[in-house]
Amino acid sequence: MRRLPLLLPALWLAVFVAAPLLVVLALSVARPDAGVPPFALPFGWNGGPVWRPNWEPFSLLVADGYYLSAFLQSAWVAGATAGLCLLLGFPMALGISRAAPRWRGPLLMAVLLPFWTGFLPRIGAWTGILRDEGWVNGLLRGLGWADAPLPLLYSNTALFLGMVHAYLPFAVLPLYASLSRLDLTLEDAAADLGATPAVVFRTVTLPLAAPGALAAFLLVFIPAAGEYVIPELLGPPEALLVGRVLWQEFFQNRDWPVAAALAVALLALLILPIRLFQRLESRR
Amino acid sequence: MRRLGLWLGLGFLWLPVLLLAGYAFSDSRLPFQWGGFSFRWFITLARNERLLEAAWLSLRVAAGAATLGMLLGGATGWVLARRGPFAGRALFGALAGVPLVLPEVVTGLSLLLFFVLLEGWTGWPAERGATTIVLAHATMGAAYVAVVVQARLAGMEPDLEDAARDLGATPAVAFRTITLPLMAPSLLAGWLLAFTLSLDDVVVASFVSGPAGTTLPMVVFSMLRLGLTPEVNALAVVILAVAFLCVGGALLVLRRRLA
Repeated sequence: MRRLPLLLPALWLAVFVAAPLLVVLALSVARPDAGVPPFALPFGWNGGPVWRPNWEPFSLLVADGYYLSAFLQSAWVAGATAGLCLLLGFPMALGISRAAPRWRGPLLMAVLLPFWTGFLPRIGAWTGILRDEGWVNGLLRGLGWADAPLPLLYSNTALFLGMVHAYLPFAVLPLYASLSRLDLTLEDAAADLGATPAVVFRTVTLPLAAPGALAAFLLVFIPAAGEYVIPELLGPPEALLVGRVLWQEFFQNRDWPVAAALAVALLALLILPIRLFQRLESRR
Repeated sequence: MRRLGLWLGLGFLWLPVLLLAGYAFSDSRLPFQWGGFSFRWFITLARNERLLEAAWLSLRVAAGAATLGMLLGGATGWVLARRGPFAGRALFGALAGVPLVLPEVVTGLSLLLFFVLLEGWTGWPAERGATTIVLAHATMGAAYVAVVVQARLAGMEPDLEDAARDLGATPAVAFRTITLPLMAPSLLAGWLLAFTLSLDDVVVASFVSGPAGTTLPMVVFSMLRLGLTPEVNALAVVILAVAFLCVGGALLVLRRRLA
């Protein structure tokens, strides 16, 4: 009875976290099969244990430029999104942390409130704003600045607008957490010793906020690297990121081993950023 | 200068939301075009049986997943903050944090493959749908609850519990009268977090669901793929209003309690 509070979550984690990861690992070296489900396990029992891994999915990932370019594009899109979120989020977090104390709560709420409309309707709003007969093009036509509609939707512009809009709060919150703990007397000391505001910012504020900025970057980068919905609804058709390719292999091509291999490869590439993020978090 | 950055960022975050809320009341058939004030899209929404059915399923799934996730995540957070060293503690902590950092497509795919293999070996789950979505969302929600609960308990010294035990309370009584009330706000916050996470999820639900379970985000996603209609805007306004009412109500109750 006394052990129940430990055993229950431990059992849950073993069944619903550890086991599925092991299954994905096993499936990534399984053989595609015509049956239902469409694969044959790499291990079995035939008078003794049988282990017949199929390395084809992984050699395909390395050999086929299609998958390589998906990984490169994902890294680029996730990195650029995280960078843009930092650029936009840093002044926001700084502004909130330096506002009068009674305004900090409401300002933080103002960052989070737009998210109560739900993720998909917000993405839908961007499609309505950016499409040919949408709000932006209507505005440009009305002002007489454009004759033909600008092709905004299904472009990289739309992709990044959607990505930054969706992930910006993930950057603002850790930045705010680190900036609000910053010892302001250090800035005062630097200013008293003759540093200009620009020098104070560069030599005191920025270095002290760096761990928070790195955490914010990783907190955006890690989920953005596997993003599926935003590239699918806003991005150009050629923006085949890993999440989209994995989805297609699974749902359209029904090639489960290749989908599993993509998941394993994505995780392997994300291990470093994930470990770095966890170390930053545990140091707090 | 600082202020400017803040207002620019807030403007960027709010622009689509304000436009969406405004145009939800437009009479035009085209989304984001003004055709005079009307409630027609709210009426269309209220008559969309498929959408209402999916919304009802989503609410039940989210409530179930949040409750299960709160219980499991609460226990996990308590173990990590209060139960001293035990064999496998490092592994336990690492596994508890995994759902937080896994990309959605990986979570969805791994859970689906697991359910398929499990069905092949044990016959369960014979049909994927509401049950498998609840299990998947509870797993994700529990990870968030555990973080919130652990942070709350780690911020408080175990002095109060020690005092209760010194005064003769059994561990169970000390937990019920001291630790649980201390955990309560973080449990509530974690429940809300898990609930909204479940209501917003389309990727994991699409993987682990079958023909029997179509949640609200899955319906909205297919609507958006076919082309936006002002109905989605009306739906977003309804969600926003419900969220406002819930949080406003919770704040009112809390304030009255405190006063």
